[in-house]
Formats: sequence, structure tokens, C-alpha cells
Amino acid sequence: MNGVHDMGGMHGMGPIVEDKNEPVFHQKWEGRIFAMNRAMGAWRKWNLDASRHSKEVIPPAEYLRMSYYERWVAALVELIVQSGLTTRAEIENGVPAAGSVKVVPALTADKAVALVAKGVPASRSANVAARFQAGQRVRARNMHPVGHTRLPRYARGKFGTIDRDHGVFVFPDTNAHFLGEKPQHVYSVRFAARELWGNQAAPQDSVYLDMWDDYLEPA
Amino acid sequence: MTTNRRGFLTVAAATAGAAMTPNLNPTHQHEHEHQAVPSDPALRVKALESLLVEKGLVDRAALDALVDAYEHKIGPRNGARVVARAWSDPAYKQRLLSDADAAIAEMGYGGLQGEHMVVVENSAKVHNLVVCTLCSCYPWPVLGLPPVWYKSAPYRSRAVIDPRGVLREFGLGLPEDVELRVWDSTAELRYLVLPERPEGTEGMSGEALGALVTRDSMVGVAKVSASKARNAA
Repeated sequence: MNGVHDMGGMHGMGPIVEDKNEPVFHQKWEGRIFAMNRAMGAWRKWNLDASRHSKEVIPPAEYLRMSYYERWVAALVELIVQSGLTTRAEIENGVPAAGSVKVVPALTADKAVALVAKGVPASRSANVAARFQAGQRVRARNMHPVGHTRLPRYARGKFGTIDRDHGVFVFPDTNAHFLGEKPQHVYSVRFAARELWGNQAAPQDSVYLDMWDDYLEPA
Repeated sequence: MTTNRRGFLTVAAATAGAAMTPNLNPTHQHEHEHQAVPSDPALRVKALESLLVEKGLVDRAALDALVDAYEHKIGPRNGARVVARAWSDPAYKQRLLSDADAAIAEMGYGGLQGEHMVVVENSAKVHNLVVCTLCSCYPWPVLGLPPVWYKSAPYRSRAVIDPRGVLREFGLGLPEDVELRVWDSTAELRYLVLPERPEGTEGMSGEALGALVTRDSMVGVAKVSASKARNAA
């Protein structure tokens, strides 16, 4: 979707503010929502792409006003309500609905440690043919899906060169909407900075994006 | 999955605070429904945790383990050890550049948000910079969770269109003849910059070298200095 989260190339966002001795979590609740997001994800009612999309659909004014972890709170509440793990009334009242059955947590401490150590690979062993190869000129498709996509606006319609093939991965545009994994090749694609931004960019500079087969067409 | 706009605004009202431009807020007609919702995110998250624990959906010990992992066990010191070894072991450096996952696993690191790693090497002629314009993708196993500036709108918006200006803001003036490569983490690949080994570090131990390597140098917004004290981050 052409949301405010897709901010590559935007102006007016202000200076970069560094915090020299920044803690991992600035307040305790940030760590709790970070961890709850993982613990609730273990119910497998949604996937990483759906989780990303749940933040992208926060209305733009709210998205920009919220802190990073405030977005996580908003997104997690939506995911757990929409997936039926809790009701909105339970969230607002802070207590389980009368008669609701207590379940056994999907993620224990042992499993949490294993999850951190092993991760959740998004690559797939599916035997899918690559449509492009290293060195080939390509064009990023000019597409504007209303759903989730990982093709930023600033690259759409632009010409680039396949730098390398990373192999086969889950396709976020379908996976985020529970329409299947549609595994396909992901490539690192080099775009000359001048192709993206014109002559204001240095001639030798470039931006590399990782792109799925479905984002590309031959050039 | 469809999105319930009203739901987000419920949270937005709760997190942003009722005092913020109430009359300009198009959702003001709903505010009366949500006055019981705590406006402080700390209270809201605490209430959410209590609810999820009470329903058996979440185990508090699992939350503690996750917070502990990223507060105390996983951070940029991991990446610094990888870099220091690459500086002092040419065969390791080759493995790191050709198969980063395996080489990083050799050091005992890997896992969540580092399942598919790519290492890009800085030199006198090439400088690499990592960003995630769409969200906050970052190589957790080697750098920990990202700092606020990395996740912020100013960095995400400008790192691709004005990377040299961004670097100047970090105090790094890049010579005009250096090629700058920006890596926008748009898929599941996670990028680690292998910074240049500074001059005057010949003969230093791996541990001493690792102490010079900063988080910022492994994102590409800084160089490593032989004299600079270890970055607390």
C-alpha cells in the first residue's frame, strides 16, 4: 500500500537524533510489548508479513505521531482481536470474558530461548525457476497494490541490474493476506542513485534493494 | 485480514493521550466509548499482559526470557567479534563475504532476524550503508535490536535519497571519489557492514580489535578509529 511507512526519499522529517548511550528498551513496557508480540506470534494465527502489514495500516497521522513501540501495541491488539485470540471487550476491560477457558501458553521460556537462537527462516526449498540472472538489466514494475508490498515507491518503474540471486523466499504480498506463500526468487538489484534521484545524486553511488521475481520485468 | 480502523484509533487515542488536539480528531465522536482505556502506554501494556496471562495465552517466564536475551545477551559486541576475526583471519573473511550465515554461525551467532545474512565490505574506494526504509529490519543476532534513530522517519526517509548528507550528519564526510552503496533491507536478507580496519592496529589482539568496532560502523554511519574509545552502544 502507498502508506506513510514507505518513506524512502521523503523530505521534511527533520534531523536524525542520536542517543549516545541508548538502552535496549527505553521503558519497561517497550520490552514487554516486544516480547508479547513474539509470544502471541507463537499461536501461528498470523505471520511476519501480516504483522508488518498491521503496522502499515495504522492511519498516517497516528503512525507518525506514535513512537515505534506504540505502533507495536496498536498492531498487536488488532492482530489478537482479528484472529479471535481475545475480544475487543476483553482488551478494553482488561479481564477475560465470563466463561472463557484458560489455555496453555504456546511459547514457554525454553521455547522462547530456542526461537531466538534458531530464528524463523523465510527461505523455501521449493524448486522454482529463477526468471532473472546476475548481470541482467531489469525494471521494477510500476505497481500500486492496496495491500502489503515490499516494493518501495521510490524504485517503481526504475531500471536496475541484478547483482545476485539470493534463492527462493516466501512472497510477502500474498503471505501477509493469508493467500499463500507463493515462493519465488529474491534478487539483490542495483539501482544507480541517478536513476532513482536524478542528477542531484553522485554518479557512482547506488541503492541496492532486495526484490522478488514478481516485482521485476525484463528491461 | 481486514483492518478495523476504529480499533487503531482506539489505541491511538489511548497512546497519544486525550489532550492531543481533541477537536481536530475526526474520531472524537468515539472518545466517550474509550474513556476507561488507560492513556499511558505503560498502563495499557501492563493491562494487556495481565489479560493475556490470565487467559493462558502468554507465559510471563517466556516474556522475561525474551527481554533478557535482547537486554543482556545479544548486541553489537557479537558483530564486533565477527569483524575483528575477519580483520585478522583472511580465510575467515572470505567465508564471511561468500557465506555469511555459515561464517557467523562459526562464531556461535545466528537466529531471529539474522536467518539470512549478507556482509558487505568497506574499502578505500567503497562505502556501504544499511537502512530499512519500510520499517526497521536489522541484523539482530550480530547487532541486537536497532537504535531509535535507525527506526526513525528522518533516517529511513533520507538514507536512500541523501546518504552523503546523512553521513555528514553522523560526522562522516565521504570523499567524492568513494562509491557509496546503500542497502535497503526490503526482504529477509539482513546486512552487516564489514568496516575497514584502521591503520595503527597491526599486532593488536582480536579482543582489542573487537573493542574498537562500534555498532555505528557496522551499520555504515561511522568508520572505525584506532584511537576512539569503545562505543558503549
